[in-house]
Amino acid sequence: MAIRERLSGNEAVATAMKQINPDTVAAYPITPATEIPQYFANFVSNGSVTTEFIPVESEHSAMSACIGASAAGARVMTATSSQGLAYMFETLYIASGLRLPIVLVNVNRALSAPINIHNDHSDSMGARDAGFIQLYCESNQEAYDNTIMAVKIAEKAKLPVMVCYDGFITSHSIENIMLMENEEVKNFVGEYNPEEYLLDDKRNISIGPLSLQNSYFEQRKEIADAMVDSKEIIKEVSEEFYKLTGRKHGLYEKYMLDDAELGIIVLNSTAGTAKEAIDVLRSKGVKAGLLKPRCFRPLPYLEISEEVKNLKVLAIMDKADSVNGYSGPLFSEITSAMYTSNVKVPTVNYIYGLGGRDVKIDNIFEVFSDLETIAKTGKITTLTNYLGLRGE
Amino acid sequence: MAYSIKDMVNKKARFVSGHRMCAGCGAPPIVRTVLRTLKEDDNALITSATGCLEVSSCIYPYTSWGNASFIHSAFENAGATISGASAAYTALKRRGKISKNTKFIAFGGDGGTLDIGFQALSGAMERGHDITYVCYDNGGYMNTGTQRSSSTPHFADTTTTPAGSKIPGKVQMRKDLTEIMAKHNIPYVAQTAAIGNQKDLYEKAEKAIYTEGPTYMSVLSPCPRGWGYPTDDLLLMNKLAVDTCFWPLYEIENGVYRITYKPAKKLPVEEFLKMQKRFKHLFKEENRWMIDQLQTEVDKKWDYLLKQEEFTNSLNK
Repeated sequence: MAIRERLSGNEAVATAMKQINPDTVAAYPITPATEIPQYFANFVSNGSVTTEFIPVESEHSAMSACIGASAAGARVMTATSSQGLAYMFETLYIASGLRLPIVLVNVNRALSAPINIHNDHSDSMGARDAGFIQLYCESNQEAYDNTIMAVKIAEKAKLPVMVCYDGFITSHSIENIMLMENEEVKNFVGEYNPEEYLLDDKRNISIGPLSLQNSYFEQRKEIADAMVDSKEIIKEVSEEFYKLTGRKHGLYEKYMLDDAELGIIVLNSTAGTAKEAIDVLRSKGVKAGLLKPRCFRPLPYLEISEEVKNLKVLAIMDKADSVNGYSGPLFSEITSAMYTSNVKVPTVNYIYGLGGRDVKIDNIFEVFSDLETIAKTGKITTLTNYLGLRGE
Repeated sequence: MAYSIKDMVNKKARFVSGHRMCAGCGAPPIVRTVLRTLKEDDNALITSATGCLEVSSCIYPYTSWGNASFIHSAFENAGATISGASAAYTALKRRGKISKNTKFIAFGGDGGTLDIGFQALSGAMERGHDITYVCYDNGGYMNTGTQRSSSTPHFADTTTTPAGSKIPGKVQMRKDLTEIMAKHNIPYVAQTAAIGNQKDLYEKAEKAIYTEGPTYMSVLSPCPRGWGYPTDDLLLMNKLAVDTCFWPLYEIENGVYRITYKPAKKLPVEEFLKMQKRFKHLFKEENRWMIDQLQTEVDKKWDYLLKQEEFTNSLNK
């Protein structure tokens, strides 16, 4: 029996972690993720979980302790944001390189400088090549669901998973949510029985060797293969989750996309605003549609290209800037995927909402209005646009 | 049972041959002796910070870590890595998923311990995990070619503090991590070296590993390449460091100091310095003051330790 609740995104995720009851959690406070270790420390103090909680002295040590614990044979989780994720950067690659199924909840926040505590996706986009599976969440419900699924995906793929949702917008807003029963979660994630781990009573092993020219390349290729293979694992786990809860999660979500002429691609909470805008536009006869990637790592590049091929024009929205003299990361990767799939749709990039700049429905209307103009004239005047700057 | 080197070397080896450390390096005998203090049936989970020991002991597909599990993660996170492994052990034991008794030991050079790994080490010690951290201290970044660390002795010639005509080697004094660790209020801190029959090192390692809670050891680890001595002089280097009181042997148990070796005849520090290329420039006529200053520093520390021993013992009476 599902349980109806009203929870903030962080509460929902902490609840998922309580139900998962991992062996070890190591975390360090950082806005807006701080509440997760706070809630979790309460669960530990009050005995509602039997987890070993390590209140580390930094995020670098949070991920390092997770690596030590996971390699030792524990089911391990952590949470962070922004500078915390940036500080973990080195160890993120070690977590994936050692094939450790660590679940990291990243509450998306802007990166310094200037310092800013509000939402954008610079943090997780900066870690996009770290070998973590990345799942993005529009709502509290998706944050809860993905956190539970992440455990199973990570352990099957033998890759760490990053669950990403928007700081404050999702982390601190209270929404209606359907929770699973404790037993259901317990059964869904099952017992974690790693094949190889340091504390195995039966044999000792060495992990993390120096690997030189004759072996490093093959080992890195195995990680690349694992990421490719994780796509099917994500689908399987999501299907199993759907059967249990009735909530469907694919590699991406489509909204009014199949017959759309004007399309946008956007991650996380802004997809909710975009759906509202699309409803209004549809009521006026504008064929607007949306594709919201859930899974950015691995990138479903063939599927997304196939989905957008019949659009007249496409906007790809980035809540992060690559500062590369070209475009945001989502735009670069998806247009590249379209090119290699021979999908030729005029596509523009919008960098939006950096540092928590509010994204209103009017901003989305503005994007669709630009798309209409491009569709009519066939002309793109600005490839990379900055949406919602003051004075514009 | 009284310590005997014969019994010791017959104990189960956990750091086995085949590693690629240099001849005359102080680290392998330290590691071997430390691990020989483990009880026969106890297992060990070992981590090493990036450094000579790590890159020479576990080169894929080989490992020198026998009868123990080993993990290397990064340079600055040995303290955090061993914290995580130890927490996993507590959780898995509580949940009945493992049964063996395991000890948690981290090794790091002075770079990975006093400098880049300082924060992770301090955090691990403060949190109180049941772990032992062993710093094999060779006084520099020897793996990358003898750069200075905060453990490099005053005036030493290194590749980033070269003894030049204007600046005569390293201008700063050593960071005293043994004392800093003691201020973490942990149950056991020791400074030792592999001298003589290894008794001092063995007994301290055994105490460190079998004291509940976080424990720390600084072990002098001479480096033939970085210090500039013939490889067969390893034990002599250890001996001279101790007999000159350049490297005092002592322990701090629950805040109480005990000097474990007081040389019958305290040799001038010069005797230790003159054996090493890194101090060669000190023996130029115009640099005599540096030897004098080092002697003053050594004497001051030794005097401090004698007084600390007296003082902390008086507190407990």
